[in-house]
Amino acid sequence: MWPNAALALIATMAAASAAETAPDPARLANLVRQDCGSCHGLTLKGGLGKPLTVEQLGPWDRDQLVHIILDGIPGTPMPPWRPLLSELDARWIADRLKQGNLP
Amino acid sequence: MMFAARIFAALLLLAVPATGLAEALRGTGNLGLVIERATGSVLIVDTSARETLGRVQGVGDLSHASVVFSPDQRYGYVFGRDGGLTRIDLLTAKIAGRVVQAGNSIGGAISDDGELIAVSNYEPGGVRVFDARTLAQVADIPATGADGKASKTVGLVDLPGRRFAFALYNAGEIWIADLSKVETPAITRLTGVGKLPYDGNVTPDGRHYLAGLFGEDGVVHVDMWQSPLRAERILDRYGHGEEPLPVYKMPHLEGWAAIGDRLLLPAVGRHELIAVDTRSFAEAGRVATHGQPVFAVARPDGRHVWVNFAHPLNDTIDIVDTLTLKVIHRFAPGPAVLHMEFTPRGNEVWVSLRDADRVDVYDAATFARKGQISAQKPSGIFFTARATRIGQ
Repeated sequence: MWPNAALALIATMAAASAAETAPDPARLANLVRQDCGSCHGLTLKGGLGKPLTVEQLGPWDRDQLVHIILDGIPGTPMPPWRPLLSELDARWIADRLKQGNLP
Repeated sequence: MMFAARIFAALLLLAVPATGLAEALRGTGNLGLVIERATGSVLIVDTSARETLGRVQGVGDLSHASVVFSPDQRYGYVFGRDGGLTRIDLLTAKIAGRVVQAGNSIGGAISDDGELIAVSNYEPGGVRVFDARTLAQVADIPATGADGKASKTVGLVDLPGRRFAFALYNAGEIWIADLSKVETPAITRLTGVGKLPYDGNVTPDGRHYLAGLFGEDGVVHVDMWQSPLRAERILDRYGHGEEPLPVYKMPHLEGWAAIGDRLLLPAVGRHELIAVDTRSFAEAGRVATHGQPVFAVARPDGRHVWVNFAHPLNDTIDIVDTLTLKVIHRFAPGPAVLHMEFTPRGNEVWVSLRDADRVDVYDAATFARKGQISAQKPSGIFFTARATRIGQ
């Protein structure tokens, strides 16, 4: 079980670093709405996870959001997305959420 | 004779709606609903013909949604993320009632007599109860934990005797509400059951309620046949101190695998199912799986369990043999497998492929694909046979 999991993670990490230079808006928007949306709601108005609306995110700056996206919040269900997303991906997501203009 | 024939003709006229699907008399036992999560719509499907009969729009935010059915299997009650409770008439493919009863919801249940619909809320928390026919609110049960704070509720199920059980996510409690007198709900509170119960379900006989814990390695068990009710920890420290893997989708205990004297439960943060012996509630084995299980759904006869997985390994299904606890078949039907639902006798299984905008129908014995249905970002699939099952 562990070797499988490790290999899968390595494969996805390799894919993520290959995407280092070019966040793919269609892929990321689908990920945020559908997969983040599992907890935060498709409309990002919240669920088990907090709302990700412009108002809710107001007090947080981009770097803080990037940190939360990549490393998660220990002790809560918010997982670290670093194995699946690059820094540039996380910055793209944080900017879009802060501005409220996710495609 | 003439008289009887006239009565029959009159009944026929009453039974046939003027519009919609039922231009001829038909039953609903082989129908179901498929959630289209991005468009806030549901499909009405015929599981015998493997086709769509209609689409109902305007059901709100269905990014998380579940369905229960009226005892006559005519109406489906859809619980949406946005607090919407929608009563859908499967025969006319129309909304037969809708209320937005809270700001944010996770699911619901119908009482054993079919008269009450209970909804589990994140915002404002607690459980609200509605008349199943009119959708008028008949009870409000705020979930204030022993810590004095309002809690989100999860894992709401029906129990025999017009009762419901649910878990308090923030407070770490399990409550059993007896609504035999709906104006004065009697609540049994079991406190300090563990950190962050994320979901719960009851065995098909209505006896054993289990809630999974996100905040620690363990599962909470309540034997509903015992008095007084007690919450007991099982599978304690199943991770044995290992660092859990990141969880990219919460496991679901709804539709879980109860087979004979075993349950198969997803382990949080691990790529495995844990088998539990329902006589002793001790661990009875583990199944190494492709990824982190989200649903483990038993074929109705209990012979196999179909398992899907969390992002990013969610293109795959494992089929587990319940005698040997081994994966006997692994295949990748398409991107983002969100849900699996067996036809009532278990001959076929429907699989939603969110990112392929499609639902596939598989033969449950040969695993061959027998059909497919177009759907917009499909997620949950719910067949009317659930109306006859406790806890669904």
